[in-house]
Amino acid sequence: MIAAMTDRRIRVLIAKPGLDGHDRGAKVLARGLRDEGFEVVYTGLRQTPEMIASAALQEDVDVVGLSILSGAHMTLVPRVCRALRDEGLGDVLVTVGGIIPDDDVAALHEAGVDRVFGPGTTIGEVAEYLRSSVRPRETA
Amino acid sequence: MTDGNAGANSGDPGELRSGRGDDPGGGDPPAARTSPRGAHLAERVRAGDRRMLARLLTEIEDRTAVAEAALRVLYPLSGGAHLVGVTGAPGAGKSTLVAALARAVRASGRPAAVLAIDPSSPITGGALLGDRIRMQEHAGDRDVFIRSMASRGHAGGLAAASVDAAAALDAAGFPIVFLETVGAGQSEVEIASIADTTLVVEAPEMGDEVQAIKAGLLEVADIVVVTKGDRPGAGRTAAQLRAMLTVGAADEAEAIRRAEAHGRRRPKRPQVVLVTAPTGDGIRDLLDALDRRAAGRDASAVRPARLARAAAQLDAVLAERLRARLRDAHRRDEIDAVIRAVAEHELDPYAGADRVMALVEGSPSGG
Amino acid sequence: MRFRTLGDIEIADTYTPLDLADRDLLAAVGFPGQPPFTRGVHATGYRGRPWTMRMFAGFGSAEDTNARFHQLLDAGQTGLSIAYDMPTLYGYDTDDPQAEGEFGTCGVAVSSLADMEVLLDGIPLDRISTSMTINSPAAPIWAIYIAAAEKRGYPRGILRGTTQNDILKEYIAQKEFLFPVGPSMRLVTDTIEFGTRELPEWNTISISGYHIREAGSTAVQELAFTIADGIAYVEDALARGLAIDDFAPRLSFFFNAHSDFFEEIAKYRAARRIWYRLTTERWHAQRERSTWMRFHAQTAGVSLTAQQPLNNLTRVAVQALAAVLGGAQSLHTDAYDEAWAVPSADAALLALRQQQVIAAETGVASTVDPLGGSWYVEWLTEEVERQAWRYIEEIDAMGGMPAAIEAGFPQREIADAAYRYQQEFDAGERQVIGVNAHADPDETLAIPLLEVTEESRRRHLDRLARVRRERDPLAVASALARLRDVASRAGSTEANVMPALIECATAYATLGEMCGVFRECFGEYREHASV
Repeated sequence: MIAAMTDRRIRVLIAKPGLDGHDRGAKVLARGLRDEGFEVVYTGLRQTPEMIASAALQEDVDVVGLSILSGAHMTLVPRVCRALRDEGLGDVLVTVGGIIPDDDVAALHEAGVDRVFGPGTTIGEVAEYLRSSVRPRETA
Repeated sequence: MTDGNAGANSGDPGELRSGRGDDPGGGDPPAARTSPRGAHLAERVRAGDRRMLARLLTEIEDRTAVAEAALRVLYPLSGGAHLVGVTGAPGAGKSTLVAALARAVRASGRPAAVLAIDPSSPITGGALLGDRIRMQEHAGDRDVFIRSMASRGHAGGLAAASVDAAAALDAAGFPIVFLETVGAGQSEVEIASIADTTLVVEAPEMGDEVQAIKAGLLEVADIVVVTKGDRPGAGRTAAQLRAMLTVGAADEAEAIRRAEAHGRRRPKRPQVVLVTAPTGDGIRDLLDALDRRAAGRDASAVRPARLARAAAQLDAVLAERLRARLRDAHRRDEIDAVIRAVAEHELDPYAGADRVMALVEGSPSGG
Repeated sequence: MRFRTLGDIEIADTYTPLDLADRDLLAAVGFPGQPPFTRGVHATGYRGRPWTMRMFAGFGSAEDTNARFHQLLDAGQTGLSIAYDMPTLYGYDTDDPQAEGEFGTCGVAVSSLADMEVLLDGIPLDRISTSMTINSPAAPIWAIYIAAAEKRGYPRGILRGTTQNDILKEYIAQKEFLFPVGPSMRLVTDTIEFGTRELPEWNTISISGYHIREAGSTAVQELAFTIADGIAYVEDALARGLAIDDFAPRLSFFFNAHSDFFEEIAKYRAARRIWYRLTTERWHAQRERSTWMRFHAQTAGVSLTAQQPLNNLTRVAVQALAAVLGGAQSLHTDAYDEAWAVPSADAALLALRQQQVIAAETGVASTVDPLGGSWYVEWLTEEVERQAWRYIEEIDAMGGMPAAIEAGFPQREIADAAYRYQQEFDAGERQVIGVNAHADPDETLAIPLLEVTEESRRRHLDRLARVRRERDPLAVASALARLRDVASRAGSTEANVMPALIECATAYATLGEMCGVFRECFGEYREHASV
C-alpha cells in the first residue's frame, strides 16, 4: 500500500477514418495494446478527420493510430494529420495500419505520419515502437 | 513482480515511484503550491483553452504536483457545477443515456462534460476505453467535452482523481458534469454515490432479477432510470422498482430516526423514471428533474453527498501525502527493513506500522 | 502438441469407424439429393450442372467495370457479380462530401440508372444471371437494376440473379449499415415479398457468413451466425404473411472458403443438414426445394498476403477445391493481388482459370461428394454441426439474432476469436508462409497494381451532373414523395417500398436521394456494441 498508485500511462486513440467498416484490425490492436499496458481509447467507425482530432484533443492522447483498408488512405490520412495540427496537436504520434504500397508510404510520411505498419506486424512490434517513440507532453 | 515493471497498482514495496520524473516539485506540497506550470495551466483552463483542460486532466490522472498546484487555484473557483453520477450494470445503457442527456443539455444552450471511467486491467494496467463509441453524435462539438478515464486501480485515489477532474471541468465552465462508472466494484459505485445526484441505470429484463438490486446499487440512487423504454417489459421493470422503493410513512420516519441515531446518511427514496434514449423520450423530463435538484442544492438532499465527497478527497490527499513522505529516500531502507521483518514474521504488521508511523512523525508513537 | 483446426476444433491423430459408432450413418448422412442433403442438394452433383463461375468484379466507373465484365464473359465466366464502391454501399452519391477519396477503389460507383445502363451495356440479361453485393441500399440498387433491364426490354419476371441484401451480418461483421435494425429488416422483407410476387427467378437474399469469417470468426461461428440470421429473415417473412414454401426456395447462402481444407468441407455439409432440419421441423416446409441450402462460396480474402503475393495462387486453389468438394453452387476465386487492390485484368483472369482447371482437369467433379463416408470428414461434419447448434440455441434463447446483435453477442464472440488468432500468430503458433515463416526481409512489391484513374472519376461525376440537369424534376419529386409516403408507414404488403423505388429509379432519382428519404424516415443506426 505504500507504493505510488499511479504512473505515467501511454494513451492511444484508435480510430477508423472514412466509410470503411472493416474493423477487425482496429479492434484486435485496441485489445492487444490494452494487454501491453496502454490506455486505449477506441472511437468506433466512420470518423471524420475533425472528429478524430477533437477526440485526440479531449483525450490528450500520445498516439493516434489510424486503421484504413478501403484504399482511401491518400485522401483521408493527410486530412487527419492536418486536422491534428489545426488543433495544436502536431506533437502527437500518428501511425497508420493497412496494406499500403511503398510510394504511398513515402507520401504519408511527408504528410505527417510517423510510422506505417504493414500486414503481418505483431502487436508486440507496435507496442515496442510506441514505447520508444512517444514524445513527452508539454504543459505550455 | 520484482522487476519494477509490474502493474501500476502493484502492492510491491519495491516500487516506491514518484509521479513524474519531470516534476520539479515531486510530491512536496510547498513546491506544488508555487508550481509555475500549475498556475499557468489553471489560467489557461479558466480562459477556456480546451487542450490545456485535457492536459490538466492527464496531470490529475497522473496525480502530479502540477495538477495539485492547478487545483489549488481552481478549486475555490469551482463548486457551481452539478455533478451527476451515472452507474449501473454493464449493458444497462449508461453511455447511451449520458449521450442523450448531453444532447438535452446542449439543446438548452449549455455545454456539457462527461467523465467516463472504465476499469484498468489488474494484470497489465492497460485499459480499453470504449464509451466514446456510444457518444459519437457529440464528436466535433467543442461544447461537449468527453474524457475517458481508466480506473488505474488507485486505492481510494480513483474517487479523488475523478472528483478533481470534475472540479477542473467545473472551473472550465461546464455547468453540468456527468460521471459515468460501471456499477460493479466498490470504488466505482463509491464515485457515483458521492456525486451531487446519483442516477442508477437499469435496462428492462436483463435477467430474472433487477440488476441494480443484485449489485446493491439502489441504496446509492437518487433517481433510478429504466432505459430502453420502448422494449416490452420496460414498464413492468419500472413498476417493480417503484413498488420495491415505496415505503410507508411510519417506516420512513423510523428509518430516518435510526439513521440519524447511528450517524448514517438518511436512506434515499429515489424516484423511478422511464426513458428511451435514442428517441429522447423521457430525457427532457429527467434533465428537468436534475436541474430542479441543482437549483435547490443547498437543501438537505445534496449536502450529505458533498460532505462525503469532501471527506473522500481529504482522505485521498492525506494518503497521498503519507505516501509522499514514505517515498523519501533516506526512509526507504528502514521501511524495507520493516517490510522484511513482517514478511519473516519477526514483527507483526501492527508493530511494523507503529515503526513506520514513528519514522514519519519523527518521534516514537506512544505504545 | 495439440492439433487444432483453424477454427479451434481439436483433432485426433486418426479417425476410425469407432468414432462414428452408435448411429445409423447412412440415415444421418443420406444420399446426394436426398434428405438431409448432407451430400448435396442435387443427386447428380456437378454432373448435371457444374458450379457457376462467378467472379466478383467492379472498380472505377461503369465503363471500366463493363469492360471487365465483357473480358470475363469472353474468357468463359458463366455469371456476373457486381462489386460496388464504398459510397454506393453506404447509399451516397459520388458527389456527396462523405464520398471523398472513396470513389471506385473497392468496386464500381452507381449513383443512378444512367450508371447502371452503362454498366450492363451489351450484357444479355435474359441469359446471364447477375449477383450484386449490396446490403443497406439493396432495395434501391435492385430497383435501379430492374429499371435498367426493363428499359432494355427485358420483363422483370425473367430476370435471374441475387441481391446480397443481408443486413444482419452488417451489424455483426462488415459494419456497412445505414438504418436501425427494425426498418432494415422491413426493407429485407419488402424485397423478399416483392421478389416472390414479381421476380420468381431472383434470389432476393444471400445470407452471408463470408464477412463474419473475414471479421475473424471461426468456421463454426460463421455457420451458426449465418443460420441464425436466416432464422430471423424467415420469421420476419412469415410474420408478413408469406408462406414458407413460396419464398424459402429463393433464399440463398454465401460462405467463406478458408484454408483449413477439411473443416471447410465439413462446414458446408453441416450447413445443409442444419437448414434441412430447420425448414422441416421449425417451419414445416412441404416443398423439397424449400429445404435446400444452396450457397455461393468465395475464397478467403483475409488469408491473402501482401507479402510474396504469388503464394496466394496456392491458397486460392486449395480453398476453391474445398468449396467444390463441399458442393458449392457457385464460386468466386480471389485474385493473387487482392491484398493490395482490386484485381488487375490479368490477375482476375488467372483466378478464373484456377476454377476452370479444377473443373476440367482434376476429376473431382466427376462423382458426387467424393469425401462422403470418410471417417474424419463425417466426424468433423457432426462436430461442426453440434457446435453450431449450441450457438443457434443460445441465440434463440436471447430472442433471436436482432436481440443478440443489440446485446453485442456475436460481435464479441468474433472479436474474441480474432484476437485469439492474432495472439497465436504473434506467438508463432500459426504460421503464414511469406509473412512469419519463410519471409523475405528484402522483398519489394513486384506485381502491377490496378489504379483507379482521375479520368474515371471525372467521367462518372460528369454523368451524374448530366442526370441531375436533364431529368424531369417533377417526375423525380413526385416519385420521391411517393417513396416517402410508403416508407413512413409501417412495413406491410400495401406499403411495400419496391414499386415506389422502381418509379424513383426510372425517373433517374439518384441512389443518394432514395437513401436520403430512408434516412429521414428511418433514422441512422449507430453502433453501440463495445470492443
